[in-house]
Amino acid sequence: MKVAYWPGCVSRGFTPELHGSMAKVAPLLDIELVELDRACCTGAGVIAEHNQELADTLNARTFALAQQVEGAELMMNICSTCQGAQSECQERLDANAEYRAHVNETLAAEDLTYEAGLTNKNFLWLLVEEIGLERLGSLVKRPLTNLKVGPFYGCYIVRPRARLGIDDEHPRDHYLHQVIATLGGTVIEYAGMRKCCGFPIITMNKEASLKQAGRHLGDAVDADADCLVTPCPLCHLNLDLQQPLAEKVVGRDLQMPVLHLPQLVGLALGLEPKELGLSRHVVRPTSVIDWSTSVVGAAA
Amino acid sequence: MADIHKPPEEFRIRMRRYDPESGEAPYWDEHTITLAPHRSVLEAILQARDRFDGSIGIRCSCRQAICGSCGVRVNGEPALACHTHLDAALKSSPDGVIEIEPMGNIPVIKDLIVDMDAVHWKKIQRVTPWLINKQPIPEREYLVSHDAMVDVTQSMACIQCGACVSDCLAMEVDPGFIGPAALAKAYRFVGDPRDAQQKERLVDLAQDPEGIFDCTHCFKCVEACPKDVNPMGQIMRLRRIAIDDHHIVDVNNGERHEAAFTGLIKDNGLLWEAELLPRSYGGNSWFGKLHPAAGKELLSSLPAIVKALIRGKVTPMGALKPHKLKSKDLKSVQSIYEKIEKKPERYELNLYISGVDEVVQETPVTVAGGVETEASAPAPESPEGSTSV
Repeated sequence: MKVAYWPGCVSRGFTPELHGSMAKVAPLLDIELVELDRACCTGAGVIAEHNQELADTLNARTFALAQQVEGAELMMNICSTCQGAQSECQERLDANAEYRAHVNETLAAEDLTYEAGLTNKNFLWLLVEEIGLERLGSLVKRPLTNLKVGPFYGCYIVRPRARLGIDDEHPRDHYLHQVIATLGGTVIEYAGMRKCCGFPIITMNKEASLKQAGRHLGDAVDADADCLVTPCPLCHLNLDLQQPLAEKVVGRDLQMPVLHLPQLVGLALGLEPKELGLSRHVVRPTSVIDWSTSVVGAAA
Repeated sequence: MADIHKPPEEFRIRMRRYDPESGEAPYWDEHTITLAPHRSVLEAILQARDRFDGSIGIRCSCRQAICGSCGVRVNGEPALACHTHLDAALKSSPDGVIEIEPMGNIPVIKDLIVDMDAVHWKKIQRVTPWLINKQPIPEREYLVSHDAMVDVTQSMACIQCGACVSDCLAMEVDPGFIGPAALAKAYRFVGDPRDAQQKERLVDLAQDPEGIFDCTHCFKCVEACPKDVNPMGQIMRLRRIAIDDHHIVDVNNGERHEAAFTGLIKDNGLLWEAELLPRSYGGNSWFGKLHPAAGKELLSSLPAIVKALIRGKVTPMGALKPHKLKSKDLKSVQSIYEKIEKKPERYELNLYISGVDEVVQETPVTVAGGVETEASAPAPESPEGSTSV
């Protein structure tokens, strides 16, 4: 399937392994990525906090660019924070035709128009709803047998439920569980899996922010997880990049590897840890790499 | 909608019991009660108390989601016990037993009763929860626009049940955080055109390190609220008015962070993470990193920075050079900024006031179909004219 692809900023900045691993995984899933390289940052909620109309207009521009991609079935992102920020703007734009027309007036300078009803899905949602768990399972080359994976959803992709289209028919707040199980892994539940990673207040209350990250990582250690997996690069920054600092705040060793969702999928589809950028993490995903080599060894 | 014609059936409930005065540890207490599925979790608790154990502690009064007394956690989620049907509660239970616990973030007095005075009411008092009239007071009533009053009715809908406080993730790590209920109450007066102290209220909340900029933006309170008060939405509006109308510089770097973020996107189109942190501490320019506050921060982050460089996660060039949109697109983004930011007044669509177009409920026009956008704001009638209050 062809998708208008919004990678976000951080996946091309401080977590380049995310964008890179998505590019490696996409062809294996028969996804054609048409990158929206003309689009700007979603604002991550901060621009909306500053000026709602500005955030709505900048995101409407992205949506309009996505709607111009010939043959694309939908827009896809690989960042929960982008999903949350975009869904908030889209909720307003789709709710009110008068407002949409007002925003489109600004976009007219570039000859762009946003038409209500864009489908915008995070890679996680696309995996379950478009590719389907059955097909995903059939593509697995190296099942995650005996790998204990803790899902880390964060906030922006699970709340608010109504805005994000989460209901009995679309239990999107359980999709990470479903994907881990489909790939053959063992799902490890722990207290912090749908809590805040702390990133939004890292510059405002660093201690509280790192305490949040440290506690969730500690919960996962106590639940005996080998690694975590997240659909959000900002959560990854607080859980992985900041983990050495979080360890100090909570006063315990953590050493919990955190994988991006495409990396976990890539491993199961047979890609090597190195080509998925696992060596670029601050916390070495030794448990995962050992697991992948032992699985390959066993297969040989 | 629950079916009210179904006959009574058996439900199992598991309550967390605790009496701090007893010196005993908390324990789980399970009972089987018999009620029709549309009856409430509160009625189940009361039946267990009447039939099996008169010492079960629960606070309740109106039994119709108005008084806010019976806030608890049902299967881990905050709820009014009187407003949760037994069939719905059973559905969300992982093991067929409805689990009922006292609210979080507030100390337990006994069983399901928490000490609202110790946490919730103290925080509410903190925001001067009354109107400070503009002078001179008119001889008859104040006249204010209808929309302005509908706007504050959203936070006035709060019944002080504490569900948002119970679930607040910032308060979980920082109990001093003023919290979602108090800040929603603060907006009720900051947003009221009759109040004389808008700026003073905001200065107070911005100078408190556990004030408006301590919220982690996790949407927990938005989900927890049984009355659609949208506390986090009100907190974001408090920030917006504080920063953009009153230019208040706070003690948490909130104002600098917002300026740095929006400025970096205006300059590059994409986020330049390596600059965001120092500018949030040291001020919104390239020289921000030379400010002592930024230097101190960079120094304390050194263990993470060094590891990121060693692993190749961050390259020196990547840190020094922003990723940027092509110049034609960047110019378009900048002209959007300029057009919107130079407007004398911000234009905000408040779905609580405007409601949702009916056409949205129909089949969406998409890039190619898919899940519909759900917008679930109430649609109050908004006749023209003003309201006397």
